[in-house]
Amino acid sequence: MSLRSPLSRVLGSGSAREGTEHWWMQRVTAIALLILGPWFLVSFAGLDNYDRVELVAWVGNPANTVMLLLASLTLAWHSMLGIQIIIEDYIHGPGLKVVSLILNKFAHVFLSAAAVLAILKVALGGSL
Amino acid sequence: MAEFRLPPNSRITKGKHFPAAAASGNVRRFVVYRYDPSTGENPRMDTYEIDMDACGPMVLDALIKIKNEIDPTLTFRRSCREGICGSCAMNVDGRNTLACTAPADSIKGDVKIYPLPHMGVVKDLVPDLTNFYAQYASIKPWLQTRTPAPPDQERLQSKEDQELIDEPAACILCACCSTSCPSYWWNSDRYLGPAALLAAYRWLVDSRDEATGERLDDLEDPFRLYRCHTIMNCTNTCPKNLNPAKAIAETKKMLAERRH
Repeated sequence: MSLRSPLSRVLGSGSAREGTEHWWMQRVTAIALLILGPWFLVSFAGLDNYDRVELVAWVGNPANTVMLLLASLTLAWHSMLGIQIIIEDYIHGPGLKVVSLILNKFAHVFLSAAAVLAILKVALGGSL
Repeated sequence: MAEFRLPPNSRITKGKHFPAAAASGNVRRFVVYRYDPSTGENPRMDTYEIDMDACGPMVLDALIKIKNEIDPTLTFRRSCREGICGSCAMNVDGRNTLACTAPADSIKGDVKIYPLPHMGVVKDLVPDLTNFYAQYASIKPWLQTRTPAPPDQERLQSKEDQELIDEPAACILCACCSTSCPSYWWNSDRYLGPAALLAAYRWLVDSRDEATGERLDDLEDPFRLYRCHTIMNCTNTCPKNLNPAKAIAETKKMLAERRH
């Protein structure tokens, strides 16, 4: 039982003085994805045969390589921000919450690294 | 983790039925949440049949009739009966509103009445608003200045400046908005909720206030402010037709603008 006053409980440890950067970047990455997402759909739908030769050439086109890298990294960033919000909303136990927040970061950085490697490997003709 | 079922002692059971007198014609059924923590029993839904020809038009009129004539143990808050005190906020027909301004004939079928959602229940339709009021107190809802007040007159404000606070200052703190917000349900211990944030905004845009920076500092927090995910239940349910969601969006905008 705690005899802390209700106001003391609400004030807690004070304001974290952050959250604006997270909110801002979630919107900036959303705007970027509004460009990158339709680009991907249109560009990918414009292919003819979807065979290996055509896909390797598509990824290897320098403009496509850059856009694919941007799309992968922006999507991972946006997803990391969003899943962090979901964890903070719903997971309240101190241990599980911290573990989830760390795993969320690790998973998205790992996926970003894997995506970059995959795109570059195809784009640069397997010379990596 | 978030809880998706009510705790065992909060699950609702079937309650008592109070039929209308045999001769009455225009009968409506009011199904009302009942809970008395002193009995150790689970909450139940009691059904009261009311002759609407002998009752005022609002849901609050029916509740008062029930308390006066059928079941004096029914407990609810009410005061002004005209939508300005905020006491009789409750969940009527699935929507948080003021019972005194909710006409019973706008509801189809049985009129189901619950206390405001996801709050501790003191008794029947009376929620525990301790935390809600503490959150309001935490945003320092008073004028803060460094410039001393003029000795011979009040602090002046232009008509345009006054109009900025007209709407947010019309909040009656009934708690309909905060208790309709899923973010507030899951995190009311740390998220201030739409009512307190609307009140904070009222002081942020007050042209006479000189603590805007400190107020924004205090709000800039992943939980206090940024738990708002623009769900809009607050604006949708507000019985005074105010727009807490817009006030929160404007607050986020102020925080973004002071960085760039």
